[in-house]
Amino acid sequence: MPTATYAGKNVDVTEEGFFTDPNQWTEDMAPQIAVAEGIKELTGRHWQVIKFMRHEYEETGTGPTVRVLGKTSGVTIKELYQLFPSGPAKTAAKIAGIPKPRGCI
Amino acid sequence: MRKRIVILGGGTGGTLLANRLRRLLRKGAVEIVVVDSDDEHVYQPGLLFVPFGLTEPENLTRLRHRQFRRGVIFRHGIVDRVDLAQDIVWLTDGASLVYDVLVVATGARLLPGETEGLTGPGWNKKIFTFYDRAGAAALKHALSAFDGGRLVVAVMDMPIKCPVAPLEFSFLADWYFTERGIRDKVDLTFVTPLDGAFTRPVASRELGGLLKDKGVNLVTEFNTGEVNGRAGRLISYDGREVPFDLAVIVPLHGGQAYVDRSPGLGDALGFVPTDERTLQAKVRPNVFVIGDAADIPASKAGSVAHFEGEVLAKNIGRYLAGEPVTACFDGHANCFIESGFGKALLIDFNYDTEPVTGRFPGPVGLPLLRQSRLNHLGKLAFGWLYWHALLPGRQIPMVGSAMPRTGKHLHEESR
Repeated sequence: MPTATYAGKNVDVTEEGFFTDPNQWTEDMAPQIAVAEGIKELTGRHWQVIKFMRHEYEETGTGPTVRVLGKTSGVTIKELYQLFPSGPAKTAAKIAGIPKPRGCI
Repeated sequence: MRKRIVILGGGTGGTLLANRLRRLLRKGAVEIVVVDSDDEHVYQPGLLFVPFGLTEPENLTRLRHRQFRRGVIFRHGIVDRVDLAQDIVWLTDGASLVYDVLVVATGARLLPGETEGLTGPGWNKKIFTFYDRAGAAALKHALSAFDGGRLVVAVMDMPIKCPVAPLEFSFLADWYFTERGIRDKVDLTFVTPLDGAFTRPVASRELGGLLKDKGVNLVTEFNTGEVNGRAGRLISYDGREVPFDLAVIVPLHGGQAYVDRSPGLGDALGFVPTDERTLQAKVRPNVFVIGDAADIPASKAGSVAHFEGEVLAKNIGRYLAGEPVTACFDGHANCFIESGFGKALLIDFNYDTEPVTGRFPGPVGLPLLRQSRLNHLGKLAFGWLYWHALLPGRQIPMVGSAMPRTGKHLHEESR
């Protein structure tokens, strides 16, 4: 299994770079993961989404889809795309250290 | 005292479950009431064929109350809300139904109004959906008048009912325009929010290959933010555009409105959080869910409701007897995929096993993930089975609730 190093610690990730064990994630890793996703500055709005992703993962066992994020995170889908231009659900999940959102079958 | 099971929704799941439970439980011990807002049962898999003139909406519709066994009570009414603390269903006419067991079987609702512009200029003129009878019938006229240009088939977002239907529509459109001799004048494009043609890797590769063979363009990871009917464009949230002359849209889906009005029952989209194995709602032990209304990671499809029915009838029987609900649903889904020119593919999968090639239900059965005439005949035969085996809640010979592994090329699995 591939590993990555964030904030000086080795963590397990998938081929696509998603954490396999969310417990390995700490907040100080987020800025470095974000840079790799092309986001140089994490604003308060970014953090609101990241914390919401963590919360939802703990509650439901999967990260929310962008549509659910738009309904429940307090950030509209349009703004979510401004914050995470390459796809909010996936990118925010990656930065939040949770597995790739399962989405729907 | 006689117990009462109230089933909300008399569609595929609600009907087949009511009939299974009626056979399983003594009439003197348990009353079964099904609530629905109308008396028309639509065979939804048939809607796909309406735009191509292969069937008519009237052929797909039968009286809802006629699909129940004797002893099932059909109650005409609209659900206002469920009071989970008091075990009461309130109807909009003010009536209240007390239950011992509640089954949510009200499926998914189409929400075209939730996509900006979708129901604005051009709706039902150059922008259609075939997911309801009126839309499918209107699209038939638009297709027959279409003599060239850009036809786009677009899924707004998951989850949707019958995730293969938009692919089937694309395949059939290729066949339809070929038959009419104008295929070279039609530019076909399939637009999806997924990263491939389908949700699981092997099927995504095979079905993506089929789109390519048929000359259908594939646009992936496209989350439609706006449909502009005047300009004839789909616009994604990340600013990409897909132009169209005729758009066939699968709208956003959600649960029924009463779910939103019932505190604690549904999630943000109105689907009911459900244990994916026991089919018990997470909110209350006396609430169960069948079919599209559940939030479980299975396809929203009639075959899934059928396979769930076998498990759920057992679990409800056990719950009423005070026993633990141990029957286990494996996520089994089975879908024919019409591919045009009298052929179809078949996929068979569950939570743990993605669709692969091979044969179903065993080594000498129907070919999986491969086009064949046999599968097309299977798809047509399914219409008869739906009314005469699925809805009455009967077993289909050799096809049980648990997904068969024999006959499948399981080494193909990507994980």
